[in-house]
Amino acid sequence: MEVIARGAEAVVYADGDVVVKHRPPKRYRAPELDEHLRATRTRREARLLALAKRAGVPAPVVLDVDPEEKKLCMSRVRGEKLSRLVGGMEVPELREVFATAGVLAGRLHAKGIIHGDLTTANMLLSGGRVYFIDFGLGEVSTSHEAMGTDLLVFRKCVRSTHFQQEEVILDAFFSGYRSTFAGAERAIEKMHTIERRGRYFEDRG
Amino acid sequence: MSGEFLCLGIEGTAEKLGVGIVSAEGEILANLVRQMKVAEGIHPSEAAQHHATHLPALVRAGLERAGVEMRELSLIAFSRGPGLGPCLRVAAVAARALALKHKLPLLGVNHCVAHIEIGRLTTGAEDPLTVYVSGGNTQVTAFAQGRYRVLGETIDIALGNCIDQFARELELGMPGGPVVERLARRGRYLPLPYVVKGMDLSYSGLLTAAVRLAERERVEDVCFSLQETAFAMLVEVAERALVQAEKEEVLIAGGVGVNARLQQMLAGMCSEHGVRLHVPPGEVLGDNGAMIAWLGVLSYLSGERQRLEDTHVRQRWRTDEVAVRWR
Ligand SMILES: Nc1ncnc2c1ncn2[C@@H]1O[C@H](COP(=O)(O)OP(=O)(O)OP(=O)(O)O)[C@@H](O)[C@H]1O
Ligand SMILES: [Mg+2]
Repeated sequence: MEVIARGAEAVVYADGDVVVKHRPPKRYRAPELDEHLRATRTRREARLLALAKRAGVPAPVVLDVDPEEKKLCMSRVRGEKLSRLVGGMEVPELREVFATAGVLAGRLHAKGIIHGDLTTANMLLSGGRVYFIDFGLGEVSTSHEAMGTDLLVFRKCVRSTHFQQEEVILDAFFSGYRSTFAGAERAIEKMHTIERRGRYFEDRG
Repeated sequence: MSGEFLCLGIEGTAEKLGVGIVSAEGEILANLVRQMKVAEGIHPSEAAQHHATHLPALVRAGLERAGVEMRELSLIAFSRGPGLGPCLRVAAVAARALALKHKLPLLGVNHCVAHIEIGRLTTGAEDPLTVYVSGGNTQVTAFAQGRYRVLGETIDIALGNCIDQFARELELGMPGGPVVERLARRGRYLPLPYVVKGMDLSYSGLLTAAVRLAERERVEDVCFSLQETAFAMLVEVAERALVQAEKEEVLIAGGVGVNARLQQMLAGMCSEHGVRLHVPPGEVLGDNGAMIAWLGVLSYLSGERQRLEDTHVRQRWRTDEVAVRWR
């Protein structure tokens, strides 16, 4: 199998239409903690990927999970990360893609699925479809706090990495999100509340 | 001496008061810090009182150390935020008074950006991912297009605050960081809540859980586990930010950066990615006046000007709002 990606946590191998995501040990942290994090995230990712698919969110199909080995085997999504595509996209395309991403986030939240790392590096564009990947930090929760946090992660990612397209992306994303999820307003309101609680929130003007 | 561009910087965002004098070439001529005793934690008004009492003498001592007179200075800079309101106001008022009296230009500068810049100056780091951890702040930043972008930060309390408050609750003695670090050397691992949200961190739940765990477990074990958990969270976020921002250096900033275990963990992460870790000398890791003076120099020489009446303090000033014109 060849290595197709080396993320911060995981190494991803591919062979044909199958990929294996392996979380190797991190020697900088306590071995017990390291073992626990890698095993729970591998297990959690498999479970949430399955739930996401059932909620109508395009995501890889889980083929096998081995928490002992910290390996997750899934179908390969042939495409590129949105984080790498944003710079080359025109406004209409940005709108369309991020409205879709917003719809998908809405579908997840409507089913009580929290992604946990909702960033453009964890969204793949393949054949015109947006796929969500990397659910290892996720959880199942219907609390608005959890949803608001999820949304805030996305907003901060856009603010820190796609600052030139920030407005278009966020507008499209939240309009998509609102259009699919009945609890959208409350979750968005919660996102603002969480942000205001933060240490560095400053009222402008 | 005369003819050289010299800036006097006043740092007073929290319990430490600092005065530094730095030249346009980046030579640190003086860097004096006075720390108030904080047995009970920082009470903003007491810290402000402390600063007001000691600032004049500290400025005099700074000038003396640098061997310069007030009239040889070119600029006064002060920490305008983020920080505790009463402390910030003392530093601001003192800086304004000095500027007026000696007819010097005045600049209020961002405390977090000052940490990054003094780190770059003293280590030679060029374009690092900065891991800034102190009693009041926890941020992971990287430069992109004119700003220090915040990739990750705490969503509640700072890492240093988490450790200090833990030490205070258990009455381990102050300052909490070094005490916990020492006790942790004889500890073993117990599970504690590990909370990372995207690239943001949450330490308040960890603090509560650690205090509760200490009611029934050895204090050494809890100290060890608190550090291991809190630092692993931070290093994980730093690692993700490093991969995302594609930087080739990591810089530590902030007082918690002196912790040997944290340095070791960051060094381990860096070596796995083949990037260099820069650790500034202790005198400029924690809050200090030289960093304020240096950022004053950079800002002023890149064209920044402020009118006296526009130097109000900004308690929650964001790092990514500062236009970085000197890079
Ligand atoms: N099912 C898949 N099909 C195709 N490529 C994939 C698949 N899963 C992951 N990848 C690739 O591997 C990369 C890393 O995957 P993932 O985000 O799950 O791991 P990670 O280590 O958590 O990443 P990071 O730490 O960078 O967020 C993705 O950006 C993508 O390029
Ligand atoms: Mg990822």
